[in-house]
Amino acid sequence: MLMTNDDVKTPRDTGLRIRTEVKAASDAPLPPSQGPDIVCRDVNLAYGDNHVLHDITMDMEDRRVTALIGPSGCGKSTLLRCLNRMNDLIDNVRTWGEIKVKGLDVNAASTDVIEIRRRVGMVFQKSNPFPKSIYENVVYGLRIAGIGDKATLDEACERSLRGAALWDEVKDRLQENGLGFSGGQMQRLCIARAIAVEPEVILMDEPCSALDPIATLKIEELIYELKEKYTIVIVTHNLQQAARVSDKTAFFWLGRLVEFGPTAEMFTAPKDKLTEDYITGRFG
Amino acid sequence: MSDLVKSLRRGEPMIWFTGSALGISILMIAGLIVVILTNGLGFFWPKPLEQVTLKDGSVFLGEITNREAIPNPGHTDHLRKQRILLRVGNRDLYGFDFKWLNEDEIAKREHPKDAYFVERREYGALIGVPVAVKENERTLAADTAAARQALPGLIGKAERDRHAVERIEKHEIGDINYRIEKARLEARRLDLVARSEPGRDLSREREALAKTTAEQQALFQARTAELQALMEKAGTTYVTFQSAEGGAKELRSLDIYRAYAANELSWLGRLGVYTSRLWEFVSGNPRESNTEGGIFPAIFGTVMMVVLMCIVVVPLGVLAALYLREYAKQGTLVRTVRIAVNNLAGVPSIVFGVFGLGFFVYFVGGGIDRLFFPEALPTPTFGTGGILWAALTLALLTVPVVIVASEEALAAVPRSMREASLAMGATKFQTILNVVLPAAAPGILTGLILAMARGAGEVAPLMLIGVVKLAPELPLDGFFPFLHLDRKFMHLGFHIYDVGFQSPNVEAAKPMVYTTAIFLLIIVVLLNLTAIIVRNKLREKYKTGAF
Repeated sequence: MLMTNDDVKTPRDTGLRIRTEVKAASDAPLPPSQGPDIVCRDVNLAYGDNHVLHDITMDMEDRRVTALIGPSGCGKSTLLRCLNRMNDLIDNVRTWGEIKVKGLDVNAASTDVIEIRRRVGMVFQKSNPFPKSIYENVVYGLRIAGIGDKATLDEACERSLRGAALWDEVKDRLQENGLGFSGGQMQRLCIARAIAVEPEVILMDEPCSALDPIATLKIEELIYELKEKYTIVIVTHNLQQAARVSDKTAFFWLGRLVEFGPTAEMFTAPKDKLTEDYITGRFG
Repeated sequence: MSDLVKSLRRGEPMIWFTGSALGISILMIAGLIVVILTNGLGFFWPKPLEQVTLKDGSVFLGEITNREAIPNPGHTDHLRKQRILLRVGNRDLYGFDFKWLNEDEIAKREHPKDAYFVERREYGALIGVPVAVKENERTLAADTAAARQALPGLIGKAERDRHAVERIEKHEIGDINYRIEKARLEARRLDLVARSEPGRDLSREREALAKTTAEQQALFQARTAELQALMEKAGTTYVTFQSAEGGAKELRSLDIYRAYAANELSWLGRLGVYTSRLWEFVSGNPRESNTEGGIFPAIFGTVMMVVLMCIVVVPLGVLAALYLREYAKQGTLVRTVRIAVNNLAGVPSIVFGVFGLGFFVYFVGGGIDRLFFPEALPTPTFGTGGILWAALTLALLTVPVVIVASEEALAAVPRSMREASLAMGATKFQTILNVVLPAAAPGILTGLILAMARGAGEVAPLMLIGVVKLAPELPLDGFFPFLHLDRKFMHLGFHIYDVGFQSPNVEAAKPMVYTTAIFLLIIVVLLNLTAIIVRNKLREKYKTGAF
């Protein structure tokens, strides 16, 4: 008999099952990458006189997970927020250098910031669902894009919630608000909201830092599934998590990219002394 | 000594000190409510009528309304003797309503069972014994017993007749007058048109107008005749009352509003009189320069003005707060504006009244009159105080409160929620509309509640811009455009002042001050309660996650 995922996923055994699954997934051959999806060339950023990113040059590949690691204040979140221009919200920010997402120049004057953010979704450190019903949360991006067709919205809602592995838990209470959700469920709701508009890239800013280990593993499992369709860039403080979920890892230190390479290499044979010290826990 | 030190260290004196401050505050507020309630609510309760015979033989009949010690400084009897205040009514017979009587001059006090307390159209209460009923010189009842029996029927008939008269007088003739006035203004407008465009042929319009006017005039004649006939038919019955010292008063039955034998009323009967008086007070129009009758126009005017004020103040305040908090670049200028807005809330309200008079009434209203109502000039339409200008001035007075509360509410919306929306590709405007404003709505409503509480109780500025002692018409009626924003209106706050301090019969009006105050409080509480319920509903709806 065929066992579906839903049948097995009782809370008690999730942790163990995911572990084995994650292991299996990382061994399986990846679908071929389409080449670099996000291209950063000499990206610099300064808050006023405070120069926080120095000449970052790196490529993030299509349908791969790129992890950004490094000690607090090293600029990894700032770089992430450069990719969908969330730094625009802060006064006195200057960015220079080139960032291209699927060929679209992010910082060019002619580029519509709304367009970028629609193509580059984002999941935040603290889950931030709107004070609306689950349904309205998920279809928010479609609604503000002017889509009002009920069938389209319903379809997108189900697809996104399934995509975020939340459908079976909430399908009977879509019109209720997410009150009483666990932190993990709320974070998955935010992921569902992000994928509802079918972005090309998903940025994750420490998505699991406020979650317990089991919820964290669920999200990690989800990242594995999402990778088949989306390019993912994840910022994390959890080195094990970076090792588990990412294909490539970039190590930042004091606003500079110190080392960038395949995750397996990075965690077994780091080329740079600093990387090694950080990974082995000598600082950070 | 060490005990004191210990207790100081534990902070007990501070607890007592701060606690007593709170206690005093609560006591004073409770005292205010108790004073207003006891003074106001007892007003309608029918009191027994006491017949007092003095040693010199003079007789007085009335309600005892007060008893106090007689001040006579420097003498041994200072504050030793008592005197009573008797409400004797019959102002038309005696020339006064109230009489102080020294208790040591009183020979006899009794409660005559036939004594009646009569509320009538003019001259205040009549207190006496009914002795006869006549209709056109024909005697219907010749003695007290028969007259008493006839009274309830007469009062019921009088009420029906009054309704009929009022229907003709106020509604039908009022409507006709309104149309005639409209036609007159239209004719003047045509004159103005003729002057500016000499060549234009206006004869057809003039003819139509003349026809309308003639029709309405004919209708007016018919209605007036009808009214006269009704009055003649209804106004033929007279009840003769005998006052305590023997004077007689013939009172047209049409003018009797309420009459009861005060000393024979059962407890239930008193309750009946009480409720009927209370209902008249809430739903009726004022009589006798506001000292009698009801306060309905004042309640209506107050509520309507506050509602109009809210309609203006909420969008204005919220938009201003949105600009200050969401769009403006935070800096010295915005900080200065914010301080200025806060200070605006502290400007004395009469200053706003003066501004409203100068700007809204004379400048804006005068301009509107010259542009749109030139035919009515020199009589102003909008160029005089009215409910619209009052509502706008109060909106201006309360807008700082709404701005401050809205700004706080907007600032309390978590940044993460805005970022979530913006990261989805929403514009700033979409984010504000879909996420920020709904989340801030409860806080904004708190501002509205504060604004309403302030606006509903404000009197001083209104006196300059539209509140009147007696408004002949409500600002809402059956004539297009139904809402007459140019009309003057009555207001409970001003009514309190007017009844208490501008009335010809201060002693009789005094309790009405308290009763009106109760209703002002009730209105404010009800308005606030509505807003609070809405706010709590919104809070429930926009409750954020488990954090």
